[in-house]
Amino acid sequence: MTERNRYPGYDVMAKRHSLSWNDATRKVMDARLGVPREPRFLRQMEWDTLVAICERIIPQPQNRPPIPLAAYIDQKLQNDARNGFRNAALPPQREAWKKGLAAFEAEACLRYEHSFHNLKERQQDELLHRAETGQSDASVWSGMDASLFFSEHVMSDIIAAYYAHPTSWNEIGFGGPAGPRGYVRMQNGRRDPWEPVEAGPGDETRVRRENQRVR
Amino acid sequence: MSDDPLITPRAARGRAPDVFHPGAWVPMKEYPQREPVDFVVIGTGAGGGPLIARLAEYGYSVIGFDAGPYFRPLEDFASDEASQSQLFWTDERLVDGANPLKMGANNSGRAVGGSTVHYAMVSLRFRPEWFRSRTLLGYGTDWPLDWREMWRYYAQAEHDLSIAGPVSYPWGPKRPRYPYRAHEINGAAEVLARGAEAMGYKWAETPLATVSAPRGDSPSCVYRGFCRVGCSTNAKQSQLVTYIPRALAAGAEIRDLAMVGRIEVDAAGRACGVHYHRNGAWHFQAARNVIVAGYAIETPRLLLNSATDRFRDGLANSSGLVGRYLMTQSNQAVYGVMDEMVRWNKGPPSLTITEHWNYDDRKDFHGGYCWMAQGPLPVEWSAAMSGSRKLWGAPLREKMADYNHQVGLKMVGEMLPHPDNRVSLANEKDRYGLPVARVTYSWHDNDKAMIQHALGEMQRSLELVGAKDIWRQENDTNHLAGTARMGNDRKSSVVNADCRSWDIPNLWICDGSVFPTTGGVNPSLTITAIALRTADRIQMLQQTGQLNF
Repeated sequence: MTERNRYPGYDVMAKRHSLSWNDATRKVMDARLGVPREPRFLRQMEWDTLVAICERIIPQPQNRPPIPLAAYIDQKLQNDARNGFRNAALPPQREAWKKGLAAFEAEACLRYEHSFHNLKERQQDELLHRAETGQSDASVWSGMDASLFFSEHVMSDIIAAYYAHPTSWNEIGFGGPAGPRGYVRMQNGRRDPWEPVEAGPGDETRVRRENQRVR
Repeated sequence: MSDDPLITPRAARGRAPDVFHPGAWVPMKEYPQREPVDFVVIGTGAGGGPLIARLAEYGYSVIGFDAGPYFRPLEDFASDEASQSQLFWTDERLVDGANPLKMGANNSGRAVGGSTVHYAMVSLRFRPEWFRSRTLLGYGTDWPLDWREMWRYYAQAEHDLSIAGPVSYPWGPKRPRYPYRAHEINGAAEVLARGAEAMGYKWAETPLATVSAPRGDSPSCVYRGFCRVGCSTNAKQSQLVTYIPRALAAGAEIRDLAMVGRIEVDAAGRACGVHYHRNGAWHFQAARNVIVAGYAIETPRLLLNSATDRFRDGLANSSGLVGRYLMTQSNQAVYGVMDEMVRWNKGPPSLTITEHWNYDDRKDFHGGYCWMAQGPLPVEWSAAMSGSRKLWGAPLREKMADYNHQVGLKMVGEMLPHPDNRVSLANEKDRYGLPVARVTYSWHDNDKAMIQHALGEMQRSLELVGAKDIWRQENDTNHLAGTARMGNDRKSSVVNADCRSWDIPNLWICDGSVFPTTGGVNPSLTITAIALRTADRIQMLQQTGQLNF
């Protein structure tokens, strides 16, 4: 997948030792980047399905290391870190994820006679769309509302994991951690030297040089 | 012993964290459990914080309990959305109804200082007529409080919290100037101002509880923009850095990581103390008065969980209204993309406001609303995009790349009280073995009409400033109120104007749950003003022999 890089050369991690980061931030970011890459809560089969789902919810470019989304979901389940509320129609999140992953796998086998993670992207998307719009095969969802599971967990958990990762901040030009230094230039169009520059058509080389100086 | 504030209490052994100096402590008075203290206050947020401080300053013995940790912002707070969810109440709550509420970040806190540790600092006064909305505006129910008296307590709260606001506020009756000058506005806030002017509406710099110049040990705000996940510089005037240090200095004790599970009532039907869980075990603290300040979910949950043979439906509940008339506020938004770079995450998220529709009654629905500029961080922003626009896959990543060009207007709107919107107890138990709250919520016709009106107005405003790719976030709600409403008689309310329960004379409730209606502005300043008034009333009642302890 090739896509226009709006903030070429920008790496929010280059600010790690700047006044935009404090010790608490360095500590939590180190832990985030060091997330275990193997499942601790999910079984292998569930993990394979989850990895495939993550790749469809947030397809990632090939020219950089991927954000290990499935690892963050497994970590959330391992720690049983909850959101503070639960739709009464859903079971607790550990049970919901286990049921949901099993249901995607069962529906893949039912419809295509293959494991979910071995399906073509188009087929995976179709199963995801069916869940999203409540058209899944109710027999394999064992009473759980597929559409609710899709919005409350598949979408929420995976997308939140992606945009909590510094690699995603480089893509969208987010300044990232900002304490204790904060920001100075508040008006529209004005940039602090520790914020990235956005590239327009044709000025990628110049912008890349500038962004490499962002600290 | 662990220094993890989420595991080991920090306020103990005669000292509490000095939140202004890394590693430092301030002395703290400690009270024995068996001897009754004058007041136990459950919750240390916008209601509990000022009460603990003021009652201690009046000379009473006071213990403030909080289920959450005692943070040191300078050391504990990262510039990071994900890990700072440590500030939210993440124990399970069940949500149902036609429009189940989203809890967590928007409307809950679990820390000494409560949700003021992560609130957006918006500090607004009610429109005076809202205190008599039934009589003057024809909806909801009248409060037992007089707006002129509230005006004095608002001024006291604004002083105590060093609110930074405009030289003259364009709406409502005259008010004293704000203690600190207004903050510089950012690009997103300027878009609100231009849009309001194009519509012929007034706008203002939002009065905010973050200092625009140094105050004591609080430095001036540095416009870091992570306000809603905790301020790591102490510029934010949360309870944690304002009333709580005052309370400690005046001789109050704070017990952190102390979850109150039950209020005990004696044979005479008076509250006599609280059972609380701390350091892995249940304890009992005797008290002459108990004040519940746990906000609109935990307050009714505790009252319902404290049922006895004598009070079978829970404490203070002879009216049957504990848990009823829960209100949230509509928090819909309209977003768009500007050609220029805006970088909306710089500075506090809501730097400008228009209260136009709180003060203009030419509309076909009841209640009012304001809207404010926006600056969500990436995780919150992606949740809005994916939740409302149903975007995932490549289209989501593509739209997210417009982050620095985004602008938005978000309403805070008055939802009307309905008895069926409520907090009740579920069968499920939490980690303390206590039944969890079930929160049932449905929007009614008036709520929907207001939301559509606001979405139309906000959209027009963005169109007038040339925003593109405009879309509506139709499903968001935020602050809570109700569930233990105040009133003039014991049949139709849970507490009186002094926040004293009708049923149990030494049981008080003082937080957002006493609101009979919720108004079209953020509630925290009103909660604090009511708490300041309650402290004064308690002192007056005691001095005139009407408290009997």
